[in-house]
Amino acid sequence: MSKNLRITNSKFIDQTSRISFKFDGKTLYGFKGDTLASALLANDIHLVGRSFKYHRPRGIMTCGSEEPNAIVQLGNDSSMTEPNTRATEIELYEGLEASSQNCWPSVNFDIGAINNFFSPFIPAAFYYKTFMWPASFWEKYEYFIRKSAGLGKSPTKPDKDIYDHKYLHCDVLIIGGGISGIIAAKTAAQNNLNTVLLDDKNNLGGTTLFQNNECFKINNTYSSEWLKKEIESLNSFKNLTIKTRTTLAAYHSYNYLLARENLTDHLSLIEKKDKIRQRLWKIRAKKVIIATGAMERPLIFNNNDRPGVILSSSIKKYIDYYGVKCGQKISLFTNNDTTYETAISLNKSGVTINSVIDIRDKSNSSIVKEAEKLGIKVHWKHTVVNTNGYKRISSIELMKLSDDGAGVVGNKSKEECDCLGISGGWTPRVHLFTQSGGKLKFRDKDNIFLPDKSESEQISIGSCNGDFELDDIIKNSNKSIKEFLNLNSSDYENLEINCSKETDKKNIWLLPSNKPLGKTKPFLDFQNDSTAKDVKLALREGFKSIEHVKRYTTTGMGTDQGKLSNMHALGIIAETAGVKMGELGTTTFRPPYTPLTFGTIVGRNVGEFFDITRRTPIHDWHVEKKAEFENVGQWKRAWYYPINNESMHEAVQREAKAARDSAGILDASTLGKIDIQGSDASEFLNRVYTNAWSKLEIGKCRYGLMLNEDGMVYDDGVTTRLDENHYIMTTTTGGASNVLSKLEDYLQTEWPELDVYLTSVTDNYATVSICGPNSKKILSRVIPDLDLSDKEFSHMSFKNALIDNIKCRVMRISFTGEHSYEINIQSSYGKSLWEKCFEAGKEFNITPYGTETMHLLRAEKGFIITGQDTDGTITPVDLQMDWIISKKKYDFIGKRSLYRSDTIREDRKQLVGLVTDDPKEVLEEGAQIVSEANKKPIEMVGHVTSSYFSPNLNKSIALAVLKNGKKLKGQKMFVPMKNKTINVTITDTVFLDKENKRLNA
Amino acid sequence: MFLINCPYCGERDQSEFSAGGEAHIVRPKQPTELSDDQWAEFLFMRKNIKGVQLERWNHAHGCRKWFNMVRNTSDDKIHAVYKMGEKPPIK
Amino acid sequence: MKNKYSIFSLIKNAFSHHENWQRVWRDPEPKKEYDAIIIGGGGHGLATAYYLAKKHNLTNIAVVEKGWIGGGNTGRNTTIIRSNYLWDASAGLYDHALKIWEGLSQELNYNVMFSQRGVMNLAHNLQDVRDLKRRTHANRLNNIDAVWLNTEEVKKFCPIINTSPDIRYPVLGGTLQRRAGTARHDAVAWGYARGADGMGVDIIQNCEVKGIKRNGDSVEGVETTKGFIKTKKIGVVAAGHSSVIANMVDIKLPLESKPLQALVSEPVKPIIDTVVMSNAVHAYVSQSDKGELVIGAGTDAYVSYTQRGSHDVVEGTLKAILELYPIFSRMKMLRQWGGIVDICPDASPIISKTHIKGLYFNCGWGTGGFKATPGSGDLFAHTIANDEPHKLNADFNINRFISGDLVDEHGAAAVAH
Repeated sequence: MSKNLRITNSKFIDQTSRISFKFDGKTLYGFKGDTLASALLANDIHLVGRSFKYHRPRGIMTCGSEEPNAIVQLGNDSSMTEPNTRATEIELYEGLEASSQNCWPSVNFDIGAINNFFSPFIPAAFYYKTFMWPASFWEKYEYFIRKSAGLGKSPTKPDKDIYDHKYLHCDVLIIGGGISGIIAAKTAAQNNLNTVLLDDKNNLGGTTLFQNNECFKINNTYSSEWLKKEIESLNSFKNLTIKTRTTLAAYHSYNYLLARENLTDHLSLIEKKDKIRQRLWKIRAKKVIIATGAMERPLIFNNNDRPGVILSSSIKKYIDYYGVKCGQKISLFTNNDTTYETAISLNKSGVTINSVIDIRDKSNSSIVKEAEKLGIKVHWKHTVVNTNGYKRISSIELMKLSDDGAGVVGNKSKEECDCLGISGGWTPRVHLFTQSGGKLKFRDKDNIFLPDKSESEQISIGSCNGDFELDDIIKNSNKSIKEFLNLNSSDYENLEINCSKETDKKNIWLLPSNKPLGKTKPFLDFQNDSTAKDVKLALREGFKSIEHVKRYTTTGMGTDQGKLSNMHALGIIAETAGVKMGELGTTTFRPPYTPLTFGTIVGRNVGEFFDITRRTPIHDWHVEKKAEFENVGQWKRAWYYPINNESMHEAVQREAKAARDSAGILDASTLGKIDIQGSDASEFLNRVYTNAWSKLEIGKCRYGLMLNEDGMVYDDGVTTRLDENHYIMTTTTGGASNVLSKLEDYLQTEWPELDVYLTSVTDNYATVSICGPNSKKILSRVIPDLDLSDKEFSHMSFKNALIDNIKCRVMRISFTGEHSYEINIQSSYGKSLWEKCFEAGKEFNITPYGTETMHLLRAEKGFIITGQDTDGTITPVDLQMDWIISKKKYDFIGKRSLYRSDTIREDRKQLVGLVTDDPKEVLEEGAQIVSEANKKPIEMVGHVTSSYFSPNLNKSIALAVLKNGKKLKGQKMFVPMKNKTINVTITDTVFLDKENKRLNA
Repeated sequence: MFLINCPYCGERDQSEFSAGGEAHIVRPKQPTELSDDQWAEFLFMRKNIKGVQLERWNHAHGCRKWFNMVRNTSDDKIHAVYKMGEKPPIK
Repeated sequence: MKNKYSIFSLIKNAFSHHENWQRVWRDPEPKKEYDAIIIGGGGHGLATAYYLAKKHNLTNIAVVEKGWIGGGNTGRNTTIIRSNYLWDASAGLYDHALKIWEGLSQELNYNVMFSQRGVMNLAHNLQDVRDLKRRTHANRLNNIDAVWLNTEEVKKFCPIINTSPDIRYPVLGGTLQRRAGTARHDAVAWGYARGADGMGVDIIQNCEVKGIKRNGDSVEGVETTKGFIKTKKIGVVAAGHSSVIANMVDIKLPLESKPLQALVSEPVKPIIDTVVMSNAVHAYVSQSDKGELVIGAGTDAYVSYTQRGSHDVVEGTLKAILELYPIFSRMKMLRQWGGIVDICPDASPIISKTHIKGLYFNCGWGTGGFKATPGSGDLFAHTIANDEPHKLNADFNINRFISGDLVDEHGAAAVAH
């Protein structure tokens, strides 16, 4: 570089390790310890981006998370690129590549800058007032609006990085490792509290770490030296955890906080590899100490947005910490004393300071005197009225302020400069405090909002609590910490503190200019290009609430969330509307404090860990047989088993035919199983099912229908009485956990008097179902000792049995209408039982069938599937299952609802069968039914719930719910499809074996 | 994210619990005697209080016990928890 | 009347440095008496006032709002607009609204940025497929433009969706309504406010209702923080706070007010050009004109009036987003917030008279009220003006919870609103 902007005495930059990086394609160099911003500034690069709306050239403005301008695209790999990263927070690493955003073709020559010339015609919210003609054109306008909006570019390929979550519990959490945070951490740790200290930077210390100024001393050493010793002393505490590069993102109620730890973002491309990128800490703290510090405010004047305009304290950090000069001829513009620290630091480093322009009449503090002693020129009671330069500030114009501060007087003078430091005072970082539900109060003296009432166990200390001066910070922090932690003493009682005290204060939210406001551009929100004019326009148009102004002008809606702009917006509103700021209130600070990567929030719960996968004990067998699977809830169920490139239809037809012709075998392990025991078990079942249970004999099974309290069908399944006070209930696969919860709820809350115990045993048993005319023969080979005669083991009954000395339960129940058995065995034996049955059935061509065939077979018999044939609006009466509603029982869940004026209607939608006129035509599930063809509009009277081609009947069959369906048997209806209408006839719901002969075949 | 003091297990994270709505809506003992209006009152109508509310919670990923809670719905502050069947402690 | 907004008015005003724009709405003190008072200055309330004035010649009316207009769910939602509902009653209601949306910018002379970029609902299991196909068939017969897309067509319409069969819950297809889309939420409130104000409606902000005065079975007026205001008709459009108003007159509603959260990412250049909703993995996403990904999360299960929800819900939502859009993993959440949604047991709204004469409720919109704003306002205005529901909102009466004749949109159309 032609200019040497790097000074050599910075202790925080390792000038022995040079790092190369690329910005906008150009290779540059920085040092270890740099941020991208400091490295760019060292290379004399200020222009880094273009603004959102007017595409004005913008430069680095801060040194932290409040940066509105230096927002860059990091990386150019389509899966690893990251949009909208703040150059001020990116630690420089070898191989870093970054580029400017929102400009085309380049940041130096940006076509979009034409907007700047149109700016008079596009004031705040102009888009609400135009683009309305012609109506159909909005889409076209919008296309261009969208193209020009947005900042960086989203990755277009999946992220290769991994993210992680961890929980953390502590007695005291301290947020912020500046001077007050360090005092808090040491005090808490000394008192044996389990303490955690977080800081978003790569080291502790905050701004005091580089405060080497005669005016600020503790026990006669520089405040920085004193603090360094304090930081070193923290190492000795085992009960203190320090996390740097860790940003507190969100502070929720009950002291639940989320912090993001950056683990690899600062490492070189090679070092990053295969490491966890970021970790989200989920923290539950008994007590929280917020020590987040304060942010410097800008000043609002005409053209205050040029590259080279930087917050004064940032210029100080760049010189004192990074050893980088932000310019070689610097002017400073301020309303407070802190800028004089910057001036002194610059002066010490040999940077030319033109002058300090101070809007105050005077200041008698020691720091100002020190600066004046060094020969730094001060323009008291002056303001900057304009800046010049396009891609970099080249000069400023200043004028004297009138006595009331509302105007300017006298002649304009010009000062050439390549950098302007600005300071409008300080804003406590109260974001986390308000996120936690805390309420703010306003302090008139220095125009700040401060923490007031809090809902949580927390305190705020240091400058985030409005203490800006070294002695106040230490004394007040110490006092608050002691009170909060119930301590009598601490290490920080009798320190000798010298510091400059600010006595003269003055604030003007919008600085006056020699031009009318309409002709100036005083920016408030630098990223979103909203100006003080825009705020005034909003107020003129009747938008009075701060939230309205914010939304109307988009002030504070950028990626910095208004960290720099909110206070001035409020100030200008208050001033213009003549309201006190304290009464105006603030906007809500919403989490996260700084933008939080989606991947970090999600952690490991992506890809295979998105949701757990439940597999049956027999799963591997299905996989070996190349079954296709269906997701049913979290379960993987075998859907069908294609052989030799069969289509699904072919496979299902074959499976369904085999099951009825000879034998089929189904893995039914996913069905929910609830073990019910206790002396009131029968009574309990009476109350939860619609039918009666008391008289069910031991060893018998019964089908039950469970309703919601609103009378609608909720779940169904077969329950078996194993013993006097012992039942096993089966539920649907998807409904299992909800049914258990519901039953537990009733048992604990409505019927605590019942002696009943419920245990989920779904995972404890594997269930093998064998059906078909040869099922009995097959079972007799699997369990030779069991008497399978109809007399001994009739349909709907149960036997305990032993298979190879392993206990199992055999139920003779059927969901297919075939002679059928379900064998339940301890899960670990499931697969071997299945294989045993399969082996025994080989001779009979036993055919494994999946859920699709199961659905088909049950539909042939008109058995319902809850959730498919019912949808939460269907009662058992609607299902034509009146037989299952006990007339004798006084009550059961949902009974009363069956007798409401709408549920007793005769013409409700009822379950019916449908056959198509063309037996080959299979209806689409979900298709609607109408009573007249080709009429429009036409009322839909029902819809198809289940539909299949039945290989056993050699025709298409369907179940449907149909208005007044019970009475319409035999009638014609129509199913209108997109391109045709299908004629159907209403039938009974049972298509096959109405006499149930096959059950005993 | 609340920190809930399960009366059986002690303080646990909210993610272990599921909410069950307004408490002390007793299921009518004789539903058949009720008019449609009265039944609807039980079934659907809720006070939906803004302020201190008595409500049901279940330690679903813990002891699976139901219990009651006194909570202010306008600031989410939990004032007390008590077991099913117990009278609500003074608000 | 208001000055007309257009490109010409912008240019004209530019020459006076935009010093001469009219107020969008006045800021009046309440009168002693109005013909009708609307409680709640959200989109629905302002639209109700607008249509009362415009179609029913009721101009001596006020909208009272406890905060700032549009500050509740209107300004907090993810702005999805669609009408592909299952049941005839819902389809009628929401398509009525959609038709008004289509000409709303012109009608209000305020650009509400209604953008018909389509809404796609994804299916992730076989029952989803059945349900969505059922809905598509019903939509077609109700003249609503929804179509079924298979997985390839889904991918073609929105290429960034991960349609791999190897993900945990693969995309098995979806429905697409092309007329559906998004709008600019604030503009809807402001546009209706401007229109209503122009016809003489008083919009009174920072005016909280503290009580409702009754005389026997009729209403007489409202007690507010700005004093008592007399009226014979009160339309309550208070969303999450509906029960609070109802409790003032001892009415219990079938509502629970729960936290609903949403979030936006940082703005990026166009990457997703439509709205995609998925119920099974619970995520919905669109991209705003500003470039932010707008992501809706789910509700918490407990009642809360805090406008805060639990982090688990946000985490769960983003988990689903990354399952469907793994390219968004490095995108960053910029802002997260919550609203209070009043949910009916059947996930359908109430637009109804009550047993108290002159008291009307428009509530229970749950998570999906924004899309209905113009239709809801129009039909509620009709109901208030005529003391009878319009045929399109007749089914959305309070009595359905007594008879059992629900409009069950969550049981049937298993789709996030």
